[in-house]
Amino acid sequence: MTATPQSVPLPAPFPFSAIVGQDEMKLALLAASVDPSIGGVLVIGDRGTGKSTGVRALAALLPRIEAVVGCPYRCAPERVAGLCGACQSKSGSAIKAPKSALSAVEVVDLPLGATEDRVAGALDLERALSEGVKAFEPGLLARANRGFLYIDEVNLLEDHLVDLLLDVAASGENIVEREGISVRHPARFVLVGSGNPEEGELRPQLLDRFGLAVEVRTPTEIAARVDIVRRRDQFDRDPAAFRQQWEAAEAQLRQRIVDARQRLAQVITPDAALYRASELCVKLGTDGLRGELTLIRAARATAALDGDAQVEDRHLQRIARIALRHRLRRDPLDDSGSGSRIDRVLAETFGS
Amino acid sequence: MSAVAAARSIDGRGVDSRGPDAHGDADALAGAPWPDALMAAALFAIDPRGIGGVRLRAPAGALRDAWFGYLGQFLGAATPVLRVPCHVDEARLLGGLDLAATLRAGRPVAEQGLLALGDQGVLALQMAERLRPGSAALIASVLDEGQLRVERDGFSLRTSARIAVVACDEGLEADEQPAAGLMDRLGLWLDLGPIHWRDAALGVDFAPDAGAPLPALGISAADLAAARARLGAVVVPPALCEALCATCVALGIDSLRIPLLALRVTRAAAALDGAPQAGPEHAAIAARLVIAPRARTLPAPAADPEAAPEQAPDEVPDPPPENASAPPDAEPEPAPDDDRDDADDAAGALAEAVLEAARAVLPADLLENLSSGIALRAAGAGAMAGRTGVKLRSKRRGRPVGTRRGELRDGARLHVLETLRTAAPWQAIRGRPPRMHRAGAGAGAGNAPADGAVAARRIQVRREDFRIVRYSQRLQTTVIFVVDASGSAALNRLAEAKGAVELFLADCYVRRDQVALIAFRGRSAELVLSPTRSLARARRCLAAVPGGGGTPVAAGLRSAASVADAVRRRGDVPLLVLLTDGKANVALDGSGGRERAGSDALAMARVLRATRIRALLVDFSQRAQPDAERLAGEIGARYLPLPRADATLLAEAVRRARLETA
Repeated sequence: MTATPQSVPLPAPFPFSAIVGQDEMKLALLAASVDPSIGGVLVIGDRGTGKSTGVRALAALLPRIEAVVGCPYRCAPERVAGLCGACQSKSGSAIKAPKSALSAVEVVDLPLGATEDRVAGALDLERALSEGVKAFEPGLLARANRGFLYIDEVNLLEDHLVDLLLDVAASGENIVEREGISVRHPARFVLVGSGNPEEGELRPQLLDRFGLAVEVRTPTEIAARVDIVRRRDQFDRDPAAFRQQWEAAEAQLRQRIVDARQRLAQVITPDAALYRASELCVKLGTDGLRGELTLIRAARATAALDGDAQVEDRHLQRIARIALRHRLRRDPLDDSGSGSRIDRVLAETFGS
Repeated sequence: MSAVAAARSIDGRGVDSRGPDAHGDADALAGAPWPDALMAAALFAIDPRGIGGVRLRAPAGALRDAWFGYLGQFLGAATPVLRVPCHVDEARLLGGLDLAATLRAGRPVAEQGLLALGDQGVLALQMAERLRPGSAALIASVLDEGQLRVERDGFSLRTSARIAVVACDEGLEADEQPAAGLMDRLGLWLDLGPIHWRDAALGVDFAPDAGAPLPALGISAADLAAARARLGAVVVPPALCEALCATCVALGIDSLRIPLLALRVTRAAAALDGAPQAGPEHAAIAARLVIAPRARTLPAPAADPEAAPEQAPDEVPDPPPENASAPPDAEPEPAPDDDRDDADDAAGALAEAVLEAARAVLPADLLENLSSGIALRAAGAGAMAGRTGVKLRSKRRGRPVGTRRGELRDGARLHVLETLRTAAPWQAIRGRPPRMHRAGAGAGAGNAPADGAVAARRIQVRREDFRIVRYSQRLQTTVIFVVDASGSAALNRLAEAKGAVELFLADCYVRRDQVALIAFRGRSAELVLSPTRSLARARRCLAAVPGGGGTPVAAGLRSAASVADAVRRRGDVPLLVLLTDGKANVALDGSGGRERAGSDALAMARVLRATRIRALLVDFSQRAQPDAERLAGEIGARYLPLPRADATLLAEAVRRARLETA
């Protein structure tokens, strides 16, 4: 079997709007796609709760972006600072922006068993072998630039890959120094991970890197469960027809993201909201300022999604659990605590 | 009427011949699940992709081979069954760089992995309980997507891999369970264990002839082909769907995949039956084969007090007398909105019927298992998390520390540049003679015209040039806690010991150590938690350890030695932490008597010492005991009398012991 197998197209994902319940997960994913600086979403839950379905559904939902034609990192034409080396040298000489076109946002799936050379990029083996040329072949991190990087079963990821991802996610830049190659390129992506805590703990460092964390549970009401099973069955039997049926809802949701992105800069964050956020974090004893920052950003994205002009208490209330759950000084052995602790503090703070 | 008749017709063919009244001469078959197993194979063959797969609990043997024989016949030639050995590694599953072909062709050539080769087929996983978690997760993701994504060795591929899986589960112990995530995706769960081959042979040909219909089922290949064609058109009424969901909830099954899989099995059963619409009897089959084997909780007692587990399942489709107002014929109609109450009643009756079908095959010892439910569950998942440490890892994981000459085997990684660099000085010698290009020209017929030009520039790499990357990895420590939970310990401070273990667990969390927990009390020792990294579970197990009873120190030590041995064989470093007062009063064989118990304990201690495992004995009795100190001496453990220990101190002691290990 030496023939190089043919690549097949991506299967059509389940429509995002057809997902029953899972409001927390949907809100977290939408907020992260409105404001990527929130910094990633971690989806934790038991088997068969639709973690992957939710994340993969997002890919088809996201509005397209403007990117430089032919750039492997899909640089934005208007942002010179973030341009990769190739685009920089091009735009350095010419006054006008490089040619660009609309392209779909990538939700890059990091498959299990991926090797480091494909993640970070490496020596182009073909050219090295056939021509003896040292050329860089961009990896998944390059493709994920300005998009999403999704890791299913994040707790099964090999440690050295986790280290690599953490480093790149933190710096927004991928530096490859291997096999005699020395390349740096932009790699700003929203990290989305999903996993089942029963199958092994996540490293604390990795946990902290995610902006938002959602816990997914199966709904307990029979009606909702029946609904899920029925929709999924319908989808599996005829994906195209099912997607067609939900096309209008998808388009509407897509427009909501576009609107929210435009509105985001204008959403006012009053001092009262900032104080509220700090109060929450102090009461919960979260480490560092990252919690407050994420909380405010996520609340702002929520407000933008709701079409509101400023951040209100209700936005903070909706997002606080998701933004702070994994930041409490965690007793790793207390598996029930964090959610209820936040609820308690929320009730205290907002008097609800 | 039609539904009931259909149910009977299935019965008549022996599909559901467990009931004594199914057909007159079926008494011999009553209670034998072999027809069920064959039924499962037939249903699976109708919709392999939809049903996902079969978990086949059975030892290797004639019976299993017979089952596979039928499956192969049911599936037909279009769906090959591909055997996958349990030691298969990711590289083989995924495929990757075919080095020999690559060097011949002078360009990267991909090698297809088993998952891609199994496209449109069925993978038979041998000894699935030994499959590595990484491999299991991989197969699970391919089952979900029907595609294989490969990002390795410089390849980025997405290939079709529409597979289904039969997982042969030969696990004997509670901790030998196949990966739960994968099992969740396999619709049908079968246990051939209780079937005697003689029962199976009854009316069944062991070496099925390809053309002939199967005597036991009366199903021919043509029937299955017809069922496959009908499958898409089969309607499953909403009420049935609700009943399946309700049954899952009643049996404590959380995963939503299960009702979905049950729905598909229901549909396949209806298609096999030739029914345009699925009925309760088809749902009953799904309940029996999909839902019941996964039950976690016993359903609440039925309204019908006679609904004993022994009740024959073929009575299930018949509605219980009190629900006579909702005959099966009426139920399959889609529930009209203005008639909600009736529909609810009907759905309720249906749910009850389906639940009943599941209940009928629940194993008798379920209650017993459930009473120790936490342990059972933990053992399963724990084994999985604990099994990640594989020796192979050292070749592929850790930090790269230089390169060495070597063969490209067992997932070793080629250091391309080093390899090319090694090859470089020889190019002048190797490059010239024309015979060197023969291989290249032979492999790449398409490249032939340009061969002369390319070959002149092509780098000649030979096997002796290969340089592979060396990795070094920090050894993983597994801390085995052996907790004395006897009456005397409970009197002293079992609670405190638990607190100390908890504190240490927090430490393990940061360091990513694995932990295992053994508790001994009464007559024996129990592995409460096999090595795992999931500390939440460790804590749950620890909290659930009861106190009281005798002190079988020897049994505790024996159990510790076997766990430590297993840890060591995996390539990890075991560290033993014993918490006891050393007052042994139960001997190895479970009999009482302080003297015998003491000598047994010391004997076991010497066995433990011979294994040279680093150990720490924490004596938590009120006053330091000579017994415990002597025991520690025999084990070669550090002795730590902690008459007034607080938990923090204890954790500190464990931490120090660990440092010495490193």
